Amino acid sequence: MESIIRIQDVTFEYKRTGSETSAILALDGISLDIEKGSFTAIIGVNGSGKSTLAKNMNGLMLPTGGKVYVNGMDTADESGIWDVRQTIGMVFQNPDNQMVSAVVEDDIAFGPENLGVDPEEIRRRVDMSLQAVGMYDFRKKAPHMLSGGQKQRIAIAGVVAMLPECIVFDEPTAMLDPQGRREVLDIVEKLNKESGKTIVLITHFMDEVANADRIVVMDGGKIVMDGKPQEIFVRSDELKKLGLDVPFAAELACRLRQRGIDIPENIILMDELADHIKEHC
Amino acid sequence: MSIRIENLTHIYNKGLSYETVALDGVSLTIEDKEFVGIIGHTGSGKSTLIQHINGILKPENGRIFINDTDITEKGIKLSDIRKRVGLVFQYPEYQLFEDTVEKDIAFGPSNMGLSPEEVDERVRESMELVGLAYDEFAGRSPFELSGGQKRRVAIAGVIAMRPEVLIMDEPTAGLDPKAHKDIIEMLVKLHKMTECNILLVSHNMEDVAEIVDKIIVMHSGKIFSQGSPAEIYKERDRLLDIGLEVPQAMLFMKKLEDRGISVGKDVMTMDEAVEEIEKLLRKGS
Amino acid sequence: MIRDITLGQYYPGDSFIHRLDPRFKIIATLVYIVALFIMVDFTSYIFTISYMAAVIIISKVPLSFIMRGMKPILLILACTFLINLFMIKGGDVLLDMGFLTVTEKGLRTAVFLATRLIMLLMVSSMLTFTTKPIMLTDGIESLLKPFKKIGVPAHELAMMMSIALRFIPTLLEETDKIMKAQLARGADFENGNIIKRAKGLIPILIPLFISAFRRADELAMAMEARCYKGGDNRTRLHSLKFTYRDLIATIVTVLMVAALVIQRILM
Repeated sequence: MESIIRIQDVTFEYKRTGSETSAILALDGISLDIEKGSFTAIIGVNGSGKSTLAKNMNGLMLPTGGKVYVNGMDTADESGIWDVRQTIGMVFQNPDNQMVSAVVEDDIAFGPENLGVDPEEIRRRVDMSLQAVGMYDFRKKAPHMLSGGQKQRIAIAGVVAMLPECIVFDEPTAMLDPQGRREVLDIVEKLNKESGKTIVLITHFMDEVANADRIVVMDGGKIVMDGKPQEIFVRSDELKKLGLDVPFAAELACRLRQRGIDIPENIILMDELADHIKEHC
Repeated sequence: MSIRIENLTHIYNKGLSYETVALDGVSLTIEDKEFVGIIGHTGSGKSTLIQHINGILKPENGRIFINDTDITEKGIKLSDIRKRVGLVFQYPEYQLFEDTVEKDIAFGPSNMGLSPEEVDERVRESMELVGLAYDEFAGRSPFELSGGQKRRVAIAGVIAMRPEVLIMDEPTAGLDPKAHKDIIEMLVKLHKMTECNILLVSHNMEDVAEIVDKIIVMHSGKIFSQGSPAEIYKERDRLLDIGLEVPQAMLFMKKLEDRGISVGKDVMTMDEAVEEIEKLLRKGS
Repeated sequence: MIRDITLGQYYPGDSFIHRLDPRFKIIATLVYIVALFIMVDFTSYIFTISYMAAVIIISKVPLSFIMRGMKPILLILACTFLINLFMIKGGDVLLDMGFLTVTEKGLRTAVFLATRLIMLLMVSSMLTFTTKPIMLTDGIESLLKPFKKIGVPAHELAMMMSIALRFIPTLLEETDKIMKAQLARGADFENGNIIKRAKGLIPILIPLFISAFRRADELAMAMEARCYKGGDNRTRLHSLKFTYRDLIATIVTVLMVAALVIQRILM
């Protein structure tokens, strides 16, 4: 498979201002390829470096060591930076702080306007993106009248309107209630399955990523695990040591196995486990 | 301290075209020392409810008794109520403003007019209760701490007022799983040590299920049901109907039932689920 | 509490007034303000008040909504009214209360000035009520464009205003929250002398500034991620067009001003 993002031995240092002159190493030798059309989840506790990694993917931050390539373009090459950012869209944690306009549809138009798209084409894209996130009826509303989940859907539409190949979600659900979380996750999955977008989902909730193609676990600026959900979730003790949760079904299966009950290792979803139990009792 | 609420109604933007009834005839009783979970969707009225208990909001209708004092009565000194009922808002770290942790925590007790020695004692006590070592943190700026630590500082700022009722609005919102767990454990410890009433507002039934004495479920400005966790969870299907998340173990039992497998009704936690399913599978094979 | 302020907000609608070119509306507002100051007597009010009444009726913005926006300045209004009423002397004495007298000239000036102030506020609120903030800033940007050569940063100014408008409700909500949180910690904003009260604001202002800076930082990053690179080569979803509607509105406005001018000359 062709990769859309190539991260090669990237380090990133935050310069510390103030009394201490030491730098903090947020990323410590990361190498990672993101395949076109894939759904990759990056998981870690706060301070593991996952957000820094995300911001290195579209040139918002440039690695202090190593290289990041987006479709072959070096993110450190200034001439290509706008192509990089158009290719890799990004949705942030706080929906309030990524909206520029006091009217929903104008906010969606912001990206295409920056790209110099024709007004009629902008109109078409705004409508298309709003429909994609199920918020078309809210196009004339003011963002502060919407719920957290709705605002985040608008933020996603604003990125979709730029027609990116890949969208990086930087903890998009951290500030949402359960309903908002579900809404946003449904859209993330739809964008991957139906629109064929490459998805990178950064989160600290394990139960959000059971449907990902691949899970990358970060800790202390390094990649500590990398594999399919089934391969990651069985390592529940290690995950807990890293301060992460294990999804309920995976944990339950693991505990049953410890009691000598044979449950296949590829079972990680509630429905799978329930089906398995039905067959065996 | 006991709290009794009778027929409480609150309307936002009254008289305007977009007025909303946030609370609609809510009545409830909370006993002395009780640890209560208040559960509901965003917009169910739970945040509005708790803001009435320390007099930040005034009801349209109804009465609120705290130890038999009606705080909705005219002429009542709200500052006295606020000393006794501590309220920790959502994302409380956004209210921090002093340049050291110590000074920020001292803000509440100082406002109460306590002597510097008393304030100092309370700062130390509350820092210990939230699990921040005084020697390590007192002199540091709250703004250079981690998200979880900042939140503890903010909570300590309220605990330092030694409230008899402590209300927490979503104290774990936005934290990672580790910080989340730490805060929940801190609450349990706090309840044990101070014996104050704790009202925990949460979306997360999972947290609430294992630690509270009583659950109040709010829905569209009304009380949907209240009782012990076991009683509430008997109504699992009703809770699912209004879109509330029940503990994962219960959700899983429902999935088994849907597949025609009969399981115990009272499974609420992971441990109980493991037991139940082990029994089930051993019987089968 | 604090959320009740409607001044400067947009009232969504699709009326004739809402659909006018913002450039026209900005100029008309300025012209109207000038007109308010060339009024000389009560007959000239007929023109300006009926013009305003027509605008309000056509715009379908409820009067109660407009009035709510006026609330914060009621006090100033009452003060200027009373000062004028009692301080300006001339003409017949209408009311004599010993040390305070109301004269005909005083009453006239007081009513005049109060009406002028109300109209001034109304016209500027009507501009923001009926014009989407983004259209308003587009209009300002477009009107300022000719001055770009002499160094007026038209696009940047417009962008700043648009962002400010977007964040006003958010920051108001936040202020409300912080106030409540500090109240719960026993803060007192109402009692004591001025110095004590000013000090009492610190626990609100510092968190508010910190949050505003954090928001600014995150917003800047989000804007960069969405390829914002300044005003050059930007297109717009809504390009401004001067239509027949604007022509009608222009004619009406010109007639109103002309009537005022003629009346003034005749006087």
